[in-house]
Amino acid sequence: MSFQPVILWTDALVYLLLALLMLTVWHTRRHSHLKAPWRRVADRRIGQATMVLLSFYVVIGLLDTLHFHPRTSVDERGRAVYSTEVLSLFDVIAGPLRTQREKTYSAPFATHLFSKETVQLSDGSSARGFPRLQYGGAHLSGDGEGRLADIAAKALWGAAKGALLWVVLILPLCGFSLGRAARLLRGRLLQPWHIAAYAAFAVICVFSALWELAGYYHILGTDKVGEDVFFQSLKSIRTGLLIGTLTTLVMLPAAILLGIMAGYFRGWVDDLIQYLYTTLNSIPGVLLIAAAVLMMQIYMSNHADEFNSLTERADLRLLFLCLILGVTSWTSLCRLLRGEALKLRELEYVQAARAFGVGHFAILVRHILPNVMHIVLITIVLDFSGLVLAEAVLSYISIGVDPATSSWGNMINGARLELAREPVVWWSLLAAFGFMFTLVLAANLFSDVVRDAFDPRLREQR
Amino acid sequence: MSAYIIRRLLYALPILIGVNALTFLLFFVVNSPDDMARMHLGGKRVTDQAIQSWKEEHGYDKPLLFNYEAAGAQRLTDTILYQKSVRLFLFDFGQSDSGRNIGHDISQRMWPSLAIAVPTLLVGLAFNITFALLLAFFRGTYFDLWGVVICVAMMSISGLFYIIGGQYLVGKLLNLVPISGYDTGVHALKFLILPVIVGVIGSIGSGTRWYRTLFLEEIHRDYVRTARAKGLSEQLVLFRHVLRNALIPILTGVVVVLPLLFIGSLLTESFFGIPGLGSYTIDAINNQDFAVVRAMVFLGAVLYIIGLLMTDISYTIVDPRVRLD
Amino acid sequence: MSVIETAMANAADTGPPLLEIDGLATHLGHSTNPVRAVDGVSLTIRRGETFVLLGESGCGKSMIALSVMRLLPHSGRIVAGEVSLGGRSLRALSEAQMRSERGGRVGMIFQEPMTSLNPVMTVGEQVAEAVRLHDDENRMRVGERVVELFRAVGIPDPERRTGEYPHQLSGGMKQRVMIAIALAGRPQLLIADEPTTALDVTIQAQVLDLLKKLQRETGMGILLITHDLGVVAEMADTVGVMYAGQLVETNSAREFFRAPRHPYSRKLFRSLPMAEKRHRGLEVIRGIVPALDQPFTLCRFVDRCESAIDLCRLQAPPWRDNGAGGYRCHLAPGIDAKQTAKDTVAPALADEVSGTLLNVTGLKVHFPIQRGVLRRVVGHVKAVDGVDLAIGHARTVALVGESGCGKTTVGKAILQLQRPTAGEVWFDGVDVARLDSARLRGLRQDFQIIFQDPAASMNPRMLVEDIVAEGMLAQRIGRNRAERRALVEQLLLQVGMQPRAADRYPHEFSGGQRQRIAIARALALKPKLIICDEPTSALDVSVQAQVLNLLRDLQDEMGISYLFITHNISVVAYLAHEVAVMYLGRIVEYGDVDSVLGRPLHPYTEALLSAVPVPDPERNRDVVRLQGDMPSPIDPPTGCHFHPRCPRVMPVCRERYPDRFRSDDGRQVSCWLLAPQHDGSL
Repeated sequence: MSFQPVILWTDALVYLLLALLMLTVWHTRRHSHLKAPWRRVADRRIGQATMVLLSFYVVIGLLDTLHFHPRTSVDERGRAVYSTEVLSLFDVIAGPLRTQREKTYSAPFATHLFSKETVQLSDGSSARGFPRLQYGGAHLSGDGEGRLADIAAKALWGAAKGALLWVVLILPLCGFSLGRAARLLRGRLLQPWHIAAYAAFAVICVFSALWELAGYYHILGTDKVGEDVFFQSLKSIRTGLLIGTLTTLVMLPAAILLGIMAGYFRGWVDDLIQYLYTTLNSIPGVLLIAAAVLMMQIYMSNHADEFNSLTERADLRLLFLCLILGVTSWTSLCRLLRGEALKLRELEYVQAARAFGVGHFAILVRHILPNVMHIVLITIVLDFSGLVLAEAVLSYISIGVDPATSSWGNMINGARLELAREPVVWWSLLAAFGFMFTLVLAANLFSDVVRDAFDPRLREQR
Repeated sequence: MSAYIIRRLLYALPILIGVNALTFLLFFVVNSPDDMARMHLGGKRVTDQAIQSWKEEHGYDKPLLFNYEAAGAQRLTDTILYQKSVRLFLFDFGQSDSGRNIGHDISQRMWPSLAIAVPTLLVGLAFNITFALLLAFFRGTYFDLWGVVICVAMMSISGLFYIIGGQYLVGKLLNLVPISGYDTGVHALKFLILPVIVGVIGSIGSGTRWYRTLFLEEIHRDYVRTARAKGLSEQLVLFRHVLRNALIPILTGVVVVLPLLFIGSLLTESFFGIPGLGSYTIDAINNQDFAVVRAMVFLGAVLYIIGLLMTDISYTIVDPRVRLD
Repeated sequence: MSVIETAMANAADTGPPLLEIDGLATHLGHSTNPVRAVDGVSLTIRRGETFVLLGESGCGKSMIALSVMRLLPHSGRIVAGEVSLGGRSLRALSEAQMRSERGGRVGMIFQEPMTSLNPVMTVGEQVAEAVRLHDDENRMRVGERVVELFRAVGIPDPERRTGEYPHQLSGGMKQRVMIAIALAGRPQLLIADEPTTALDVTIQAQVLDLLKKLQRETGMGILLITHDLGVVAEMADTVGVMYAGQLVETNSAREFFRAPRHPYSRKLFRSLPMAEKRHRGLEVIRGIVPALDQPFTLCRFVDRCESAIDLCRLQAPPWRDNGAGGYRCHLAPGIDAKQTAKDTVAPALADEVSGTLLNVTGLKVHFPIQRGVLRRVVGHVKAVDGVDLAIGHARTVALVGESGCGKTTVGKAILQLQRPTAGEVWFDGVDVARLDSARLRGLRQDFQIIFQDPAASMNPRMLVEDIVAEGMLAQRIGRNRAERRALVEQLLLQVGMQPRAADRYPHEFSGGQRQRIAIARALALKPKLIICDEPTSALDVSVQAQVLNLLRDLQDEMGISYLFITHNISVVAYLAHEVAVMYLGRIVEYGDVDSVLGRPLHPYTEALLSAVPVPDPERNRDVVRLQGDMPSPIDPPTGCHFHPRCPRVMPVCRERYPDRFRSDDGRQVSCWLLAPQHDGSL
């Protein structure tokens, strides 16, 4: 084998999340009342468009989750020796993007470095000037003549490849029938998926053009150590998605269980659970996170030998951050669920179940839980965007993810000080904000659609 | 009412004890004072002697819970638990790890925090309520639709962007106000304008959208139909009936954060160089000054509980249906 | 000639009719597939006249009112027709002009007084707002005018009440405030949309009296919307019957009650439960109201009509005008093609008594009130305060009372869903109040409950099969899924549903069907006793009849006993063997249904019965009107709980709660009037 698979802690949780997701999809497909709200989501144009955009992010995040040790050599007894470096499938796909490093800053699409350096001229003398980049625009002759035309041509070529890919993806979905494909695009199918198809076209073409260009240029420039910013931004997607989803996931069982128990049983159970979440809630979130992360830092620096690699350490820190963010954010969901369970327990079908002699546990599972799940779902989706934004802020005050982890927060943090330079180094900052904004906007719009579709109260008002 | 307040204050005690226990656990049990000393002194190759003297200097050389060597009441008081945790209940914050009096620092630094936080809150509230009312009045039109779209877009932008962008645009390009710093008295004004503007703009997206939802919820109620059946104009219906009812959740939502304004905003203050409690906390985090972080955690919890109590009381003032007993 | 008729005669001579609606059509929802809520309605109301729109829920009667006011919901719009008030077209007015009409010449009151007033504004201010808008003469003396209005609508102590908030007033008082708001603009037309549906009968009687009095004084026209034939008889000069968005009959009230012309009107009368029908079954209207999101080309009622002829299925019936009114039917008035089978088959109520199934003694449910720093218990809400009841095998005992009297709590305490504070509940020889929850669970299959709201009584996320089988599963009836499935299908058949209903979700069924499923669910355990907590009060009259018939048939077949908790006296008269009247946590009169309803002995029973509107305008009633509201169970009046409202109060009533006396026909009555030698002294 040319690689040895590695499953980091967060990877394991992502797989668990995927399994849960598939289980939910399978369960939902079999129940019409569960399917109905999702159909309402899919009926909305915004719902379709944002779903496509989000799945694009998810695909990149997942590619970046399949980790392994590459094989470096074979030892004398024929056994493979694996590198301690941890790579992901995405790293392999991105290949040159990862490895082609410049010396330091360079602007987007630049052919020369951003700062003057003493360069050796061919005649042996030296002069100060902007040296040619090692990789960016290296295929261009001379000082980069015909750069614009080249960019346009490469972008068009990339977009064309993207269009082809899109056709290849769409055709099997339409059962290789051109008539069906035409009906799909005109929105004449039973479920009008045409907006999704157009959104997919846009996303695939744009990304494919960018990807094509990225093979020849640093399309978003390079950072201080010469790393490609486009690559960094893409690598940060996994971190953003993880923080947005795992945080809610890790505390979800506790929040649900405690919330509905407090509301259903009332009495001392309620008092205890309320005490628990009021106490946690009364510590300002940032301070709790700061305190916990500081403590973890000390622990990690004092027990550095317990970690096999830097990646593993960074990964554990990410997981811990998710955990601690979860601890500060589960209380609101718990309180919401408690309120809902208080209402539900007085409902007549719960009373009827008690009159049948159904046990408390069965009532909780059969009657209370299914009827609060829409709240859970709405909360997960609503919290997602807030958490992605929070990551950036926390990383800025250095209580976020490990500095070795790529994340938009770390990118902003690193680039912030460079704003004072003349001329300004703006690309890292804008790239991070841009990628984050796209994800968060899509998530916000999507969560609006989900809430409209799932909240029975909102539906009545329409 | 007074009985209610007393009961709530009594109820606050176990919560504060819980908070304290949690911080004690985090700061002294998960990591021992030795670990902290090593951290501060830097690296692993620190001598035991240096650790010991650092601990003595900062008062961490005592046993955690029970001092067998001391006599009488000192067995309990001459411990880290008492010195560092229990004394917080008396608002005796002690010394920071860098040797400053925390209580004094806090009393000095809360004013700049308030000077930023209060105007941001008030101006933001006025802005958001006005916008939300406008959107509610034109509900269902393109004005409303685009207003909501802009709100969603604005709340999707990172707060860091507003701060960095604001500093760059107003401070650096237009050169209108200083980028950061602070001054006393009236001179503080020029330093306050930018952070307040940035703070307000940052709150518009989510604030306006949330208030609009509240207004629309009220607009669908039966009493609004009664008001219309009376012959009131749409503006009067909004101002006299809808606004008054929607203000209840808005105001009580504001009241709960009022005490926390003292602590200020971590981000804004550190970016704009405001010497408030927010930047105090950030500095403490960056310098790993645990005594300050611990004090701020406790202070935050106290302020939050006061906020909850004030919320309950404010309900009785703005909502005639609520009585406390 | 009564006062009303005089007023009418005077008004009718002058000018155009007060309100004229011509061909009104109102649509809701998307324009491609609208719900035709009102589909071509024409009617006229003269000054001083009360026009009652009668119809079941969803027939479009409220939409007519909102169309007149131009207060339709966001998705609604008037697509055709003309509405003119005093000869002036309301549809042609600008929104600003329309505002001066709303609350000016036309006032409106709504069904839910609880939510129709602004909760954070004093009621005085809410009335004053209307005065300032519409009453130019009194603009300088708004405060005094508000007090005058409060006095006019019979609010006691008006000066103080103007400063109070809605939550401090009872439902009846709130509805009076609503009326005061409507009166502030001195309206010529008052629209009242189900103004008493949310109120108790004794309060309903007060409000209806008030409306009549105000009409006499001001000569205004009233458009009253209701589903209650009793209210129609009480109030109407003219009746309009709505069905599926159309008027199917208009008639003078007297003629309408004497000889209703449309088959639907006649069916409504026959499906009404009352004492005279005790020994027959009720007639039912089969089927359900058609959905209104389709254009109709034939008679809308044809699928439910038993007199339908071929013509009815070919074309929509024309409106037949005959001077005083008209109706929409192909048939000649008053012809029913065939009598329903139900009339003859339904068995009479079994009257023999055979042993006691349930015996409740001294039942008390008190909820503690905690106050102060240490949450000390400072008092109790005595929701149920010493109730004795006995139910025999295959018997029905009705528990009657107004909202808040504790009747629902009695039901829950018997089922041990709410553990009683004191008292014994002997069921089949076991005191279930003393059982621990494990032993109780095994006994639970013997007593079951049916709830009021069929929408809330079933988990929306479960299939009907799982809903009905839930009890079987808990009580281990049926060995496996297939066996339980067979039982479920059998039960569904038994309550008159298709077995395939098992594979559907509750929201796919109408209210009446859901109530049948709820009954099937209770029957699944073969219970001996079913507690029916207002099982028909959320249903329309025609559907109510189906459910009542079903309950009676089941009793005859399976010998089930019922504790029937209700506020609806006519249902009691139809269904019950015995009746217990509750007031403020205690039973005040308890006995055989005929004697209690026929000759009430307790003054409260008397007042309660006389407050119920009877669907017969000819009947002369001795009306006992109660003043005020039911006191709070936290702090009941000393002595007899009823004495502050009692028209026959004596000194002793203020001091001591009456003993339980047994009348000569074997009833138990808690009233000093029944004392062997009462002289009213202490």
